[in-house]
Amino acid sequence: MRAVFWCVLLRDLQLASRRRIDALLPLAFFLVALSLFPLGVGPEPEMLREIAPGIVWVCALLASMLSVSQLFAGDMADGSLEQMLLAPASAISVAAAKCSAHWLLTGLPLIIATPVAGLVFDMSAPATIALMFSLMLGTPILSLLGGLGAALTLGLRSGGMLLILVVLPLATPALIFGAGAVGMVESGMSASGHFSLLGALLITTTVGAPLATAAALRISTE
Amino acid sequence: MTWLRGRNGRGKTTLLRLLAGLSDPAEGQILIQGQPQKELGDEGRSQWAYIGHQNALKDDLTSTEALRFLARLHRLPHDAAALKLALQRLGLGPARLQHAPVRTLSQGQRRRVALARLALSATAPVWLLDEPFDALDIDGIKALNAVISEHAQSGGCVLLTSHQAISIESPKPTVLDLEIFAPPSRARGLSADAAHHATGPSSQIPHSTHSTDSTDSTEGPQ
Repeated sequence: MRAVFWCVLLRDLQLASRRRIDALLPLAFFLVALSLFPLGVGPEPEMLREIAPGIVWVCALLASMLSVSQLFAGDMADGSLEQMLLAPASAISVAAAKCSAHWLLTGLPLIIATPVAGLVFDMSAPATIALMFSLMLGTPILSLLGGLGAALTLGLRSGGMLLILVVLPLATPALIFGAGAVGMVESGMSASGHFSLLGALLITTTVGAPLATAAALRISTE
Repeated sequence: MTWLRGRNGRGKTTLLRLLAGLSDPAEGQILIQGQPQKELGDEGRSQWAYIGHQNALKDDLTSTEALRFLARLHRLPHDAAALKLALQRLGLGPARLQHAPVRTLSQGQRRRVALARLALSATAPVWLLDEPFDALDIDGIKALNAVISEHAQSGGCVLLTSHQAISIESPKPTVLDLEIFAPPSRARGLSADAAHHATGPSSQIPHSTHSTDSTDSTEGPQ
């Protein structure tokens, strides 16, 4: 079980290292989308500071969703997915490995790039740190839910769009508590309640999503 | 060693996928050494090696890396020496080929990399091969014949489909012709050359396979 997990995870990272430009696209999307908002809504620092957490979260959500749609498609097309499901371990470990690889390649760079967003929107240091922490709890949720959506829409023609429609409603709680936590810190209150709820969501998704993803993968390769 | 024969669309691939556990039968169940396949669990899958139409190789990996991934996934020996030897047995001896990205290989060479996994799969008693001779040249067929016949002689079991005549000298393949399992009504609906494909005197039906429609077949090392 563990062997298959590491085997798939390391291979995905190796593949990403061979295609570095592809791996950087979600991060580039995140930064470009963020920089559009000051241009669109106007340069008032007060307002930008207020809407920053929500914007960063929405951009992170979209960057995750856009990159996750191809998570299983390539492996499905060349037969690797079949072989992974035939490995002497549960399909859950395959699903978990693919989602972990997606988080390492998408979620983690977004968290690292968040201070840039803090600068762009003139956020205070504590707010930026709270934002990073909320993304650290939240982006794994997005990768796990995205993986589930990708498995469910595998092999469909307009899978990418459908995936976003399926996953966005599921991801709204994470968005609300993630952006809310930063708002609490900015208004000088404790965000521990929001972080606890976000943590609870993360635990629930970590337990549930790989199970459902594994089942969806089995159905779509049949 | 059994050669599964039948016209296009007769269900050869479907039967192999059922036996490999990739699809579920609509009716009946698959018994492996008297045990329902579903109850074998994840570990039971190390009992067979399935190689489908698709090669399950990633374009960005080198042939050695692609083979190492498949070997690790299926818990086969994956040290450098074993991989090198396996590729050599399928005629991919030159270091240039072993370290070439899969993307630069020809169709036949990719097939050889995928089939090199068999040279590592001595521990899996049952091999399920879907059109293994596809895209192989004469040397490739010879190399694969040697690997298959060695496995069969050491007590392994091979079930393969092929549209070309199989040139393995020993052991002579048993022919399992799916045409003779076609229900009479469907057989009559086929074109006139159905008689042409009728089984010759060499055909044998393994006693364990009752009907392809109920897929109530037993598979085990012979």
